[in-house]
Amino acid sequence: MRISTFIYCLKQGLINIRRNLLHSFVSAATISACIFLFCLFFAIIGNVQHFATEAETTVGITVFFDEALSEAEILAIGEEIEARSEVAQLNYISAEEAWETFKTEYFGDMEELAEGFADDNPLAGSASFEIYLTDIRLQDEMVAYLQTLSGVRKVNYSNAAAAGLNSLNRIIGAVSAVIIGVLLAVAVFLISNTISVAAAFRRQENEIMKLIGATNYMIRAPFVVEGLLIGLAGAAIPLAAVYFLYRQAADYVTLHYVIMTGIFTPVPIQEMMPVMTAVALALGGGIGFFGSFFTIRKHLRV
Amino acid sequence: MIEIKKVSKTYKSGNKALKDVSITIDDGEFVFIVGRSGSGKSTLLRLLLKETEPTSGRIVVNDMDLQKMPRRYVPKYRRKLGMVFQDFRLLKDKTVFENVAFAQRVIGESNRTIRESVPRMLKMVGLSSKYKVYPTQLSGGEQQRVAIARALINRPEVLLADEPTGNLDSFNTGEIMKLLEEINRQGTTVVVVTHSQEMVAAMKKRVITMDRGQVVSDMKAVAES
Repeated sequence: MRISTFIYCLKQGLINIRRNLLHSFVSAATISACIFLFCLFFAIIGNVQHFATEAETTVGITVFFDEALSEAEILAIGEEIEARSEVAQLNYISAEEAWETFKTEYFGDMEELAEGFADDNPLAGSASFEIYLTDIRLQDEMVAYLQTLSGVRKVNYSNAAAAGLNSLNRIIGAVSAVIIGVLLAVAVFLISNTISVAAAFRRQENEIMKLIGATNYMIRAPFVVEGLLIGLAGAAIPLAAVYFLYRQAADYVTLHYVIMTGIFTPVPIQEMMPVMTAVALALGGGIGFFGSFFTIRKHLRV
Repeated sequence: MIEIKKVSKTYKSGNKALKDVSITIDDGEFVFIVGRSGSGKSTLLRLLLKETEPTSGRIVVNDMDLQKMPRRYVPKYRRKLGMVFQDFRLLKDKTVFENVAFAQRVIGESNRTIRESVPRMLKMVGLSSKYKVYPTQLSGGEQQRVAIARALINRPEVLLADEPTGNLDSFNTGEIMKLLEEINRQGTTVVVVTHSQEMVAAMKKRVITMDRGQVVSDMKAVAES
């Protein structure tokens, strides 16, 4: 394609948009709404996943052993557990360490209250392993395995954390898919309507083009360009909006909810933006391109 | 050469627009096709433009059998034909230059070609000085000259004119006919569809008369003395 022909098609696409400003605006606004929601859910899902990943490193399984087991036997079981692929980290906490930690947490500054237990560790026989997994979804499988080991007295774990994060992500994903799907259909319908109106505006011009010997491609190009530009504009606006809103929201959470930042830190926008931009532009451009292409194909047949 | 062989056309409505029509037009001929409304003249033009297909028969234009022509070749084929309409069909938001250039632009010609060929064509139709003017600022005769320039800019082998003087007064009719004659002298086959008997009589060219979808007479051109 000649550069002059490409510029001509681009110019005609822009003329189409100008002639048909209201329809173009409504179509772009609908695509914007669709992509804004997509970006919003993308950010939420991204953050939940980020939270889940962080949780995977903090939510662990604790294994206690029969009091009759010696430390050497417990450490031998530990080696066996550590060899498994789903184990990211394994910490041994002896009965003494457990008592020290408990004293600090429970008695705080009043350590004299614990002096009565000086020669008699009440947590003797409470040596344990803290196990952190590579993926929290493997927790059930791991717990089942641990419970089969001989010498294991008790396995403590939090089922709610793993299941909760997984199901939250699934719910957000499903809700966003439904809403985005409906908006996508509306956006395609509106783009199609806009292109139909543009085709009606240019009916005479298209007739002349056909008789002069313009190819289908040449007749359709301005309409496809129109759809593509509307789609890309519809994607660029929410991307800019989400970029600024997200930054503000992340700063606000970090500043005003300092207590939360210990357990949750928002994903930095710079980390999220490249993928979000690529998907949003592909989505906007795709809606515009395919919506206009199939509509104009139906309207103009040489 | 245009060969229309035993062509019939029946529309879906049941209207039999053409019945077993056979016409041969040689390269470089100037032919009038005359007849009343509904005689089948416009259907014949539509068939030549491959806007519609005949129900039966064959049409061959410059050795190209239109029935066997794949759809993707239709645009290329149409570039070999120039088309002029009674209502000019100019684009009102484009200047005279842009209207003529449009025909080259949409087939992907370069800016350089357009800059060279459009002024030459406007000079030929006598509108060099009006290249910046919009169609609505022109007389009917001038608008038809622009339409002819647009039809000829891609150097077609055949010029098809559908009632080209239907909206013009007698003076402008004469001027347009002189222009078409000049184009024909330069080697382009010219086919003019009209119902103006006076104009046809004055031109002394080959006249094919149609009535109710059939050719009822084919009078050869009167040799000029």
